Amino acid sequence: MCLGVPGRLVETYVAHDVLMGKVDFGGITKQVCLEHVRDAALGDYVLVHVGFALTRLDEEEALRLLELLESLKMADELEAPSP
Amino acid sequence: MKYVDEYRDGEAARALVAAIARAVTRPWVIMEVCGGQTHTIVRYGLDELLPPHVELVHGPGCPVCVTSLEMIDRAHAIASEPDVTFCSFGDMLRVPGSRGDLLSLKSRGRDVRVVYSPMDAVDIAAANPGRRVVFFAIGFETTAPANAMAVWLARRRGIANFSVLVSHVLVPPVMTAILQAPGNRVQAFLGPGHVCTVMGTAEYAPIAARYRVPVVITGFEPVDLLEGILMTVRQLERGAAAVETQYRRAVRPEGNPASRRLLDDVFEVCDRKWRGIGAIPKSGFRLRHEFRDHDAERLFDVGAIETREAALCISGQILKGVKKPRDCPAFGTQCTPEAPLGATMVSSEGACAAYYAYGRHREVARA
Repeated sequence: MCLGVPGRLVETYVAHDVLMGKVDFGGITKQVCLEHVRDAALGDYVLVHVGFALTRLDEEEALRLLELLESLKMADELEAPSP
Repeated sequence: MKYVDEYRDGEAARALVAAIARAVTRPWVIMEVCGGQTHTIVRYGLDELLPPHVELVHGPGCPVCVTSLEMIDRAHAIASEPDVTFCSFGDMLRVPGSRGDLLSLKSRGRDVRVVYSPMDAVDIAAANPGRRVVFFAIGFETTAPANAMAVWLARRRGIANFSVLVSHVLVPPVMTAILQAPGNRVQAFLGPGHVCTVMGTAEYAPIAARYRVPVVITGFEPVDLLEGILMTVRQLERGAAAVETQYRRAVRPEGNPASRRLLDDVFEVCDRKWRGIGAIPKSGFRLRHEFRDHDAERLFDVGAIETREAALCISGQILKGVKKPRDCPAFGTQCTPEAPLGATMVSSEGACAAYYAYGRHREVARA
């Protein structure tokens, strides 16, 4: 229920004084309320829940985790007992 | 898909499991708060990959499961009115109330609609001024900004025929209730990632400090959960009880300030009854008085509601992490997703429904 789906912001517009936009979820585009992620620029990834963008995803933090995972994988290979 | 596939990487998951196995020396019981997290854990069998010392118990974070029977019966009564168009998220429609579910009303000719977003329900109201359009506003803090925006927008656009039946629930009070419950086994929490995207992390610090439990705000993909478990185990092993954030690509310490302001404008905190758990003080949101013209609970007098729960169901103990679905004699036999007896089987995110969906009832039958 608290599902949050990451998607790429492709268009913004204003409807009834509220900032809206179109967000691409791997090929499917949906209309999303952007009123609370006004710092998101076209091309940014936003986290969407029930048609409402909760936040802009932080690319640097995403990279941090991926780098950590790479180093863990390396460590795991080094530590794995030889067959 | 970016921000999804990389967090489902099998090699990274194996490396994290190995790191957890190296970190753990004693038995620990960790609760994942969110139903979405439970779903990922059972879907990928993460609990079965972990070293035996690490036990995951499944939390109350499934809003469809914990919405009280009274509220479901109230929704049923409102949706039965001939001039009402009742809008809801899809997974609420099949939840059994005392007088049947919302879907059966639809089959009896009532206007019950599934919407993707609460703001769609506002548009339906604008397009159908002759109908009373009611949206069933359930959910945790994650869903509250979208629901608040719908109410705010309806007032701003002057759409008088739109109202919401609010049954919002809040995470920190139920975590406290779990820790205070007799027989509590939970020693640490994987905290609710998307709730904290909205609310921030500050309100978890008093819980961690008072009950000496680590709280690691965690995401929803397999790699997120395993990293969250690793961070939690490391805290437990060194005797720490701090709030940490694993899900840093989405959670900032202050949450989303614009969302928090809107929530404060539209809602106020109230006592709330949880299905399977009971009443918890200050554990929900209701509309503020200023928005009373859009409050379905005030607009529709449905009379007294008498409810009855199945006596066999142990969902309350499952939601508190005291028992597992396998401990229930009705699991997978008298109680299935097609004919659920109680809270944790009614939504796909409930622990019982997740166990059933991924075949664990067959293990019970074999045992």
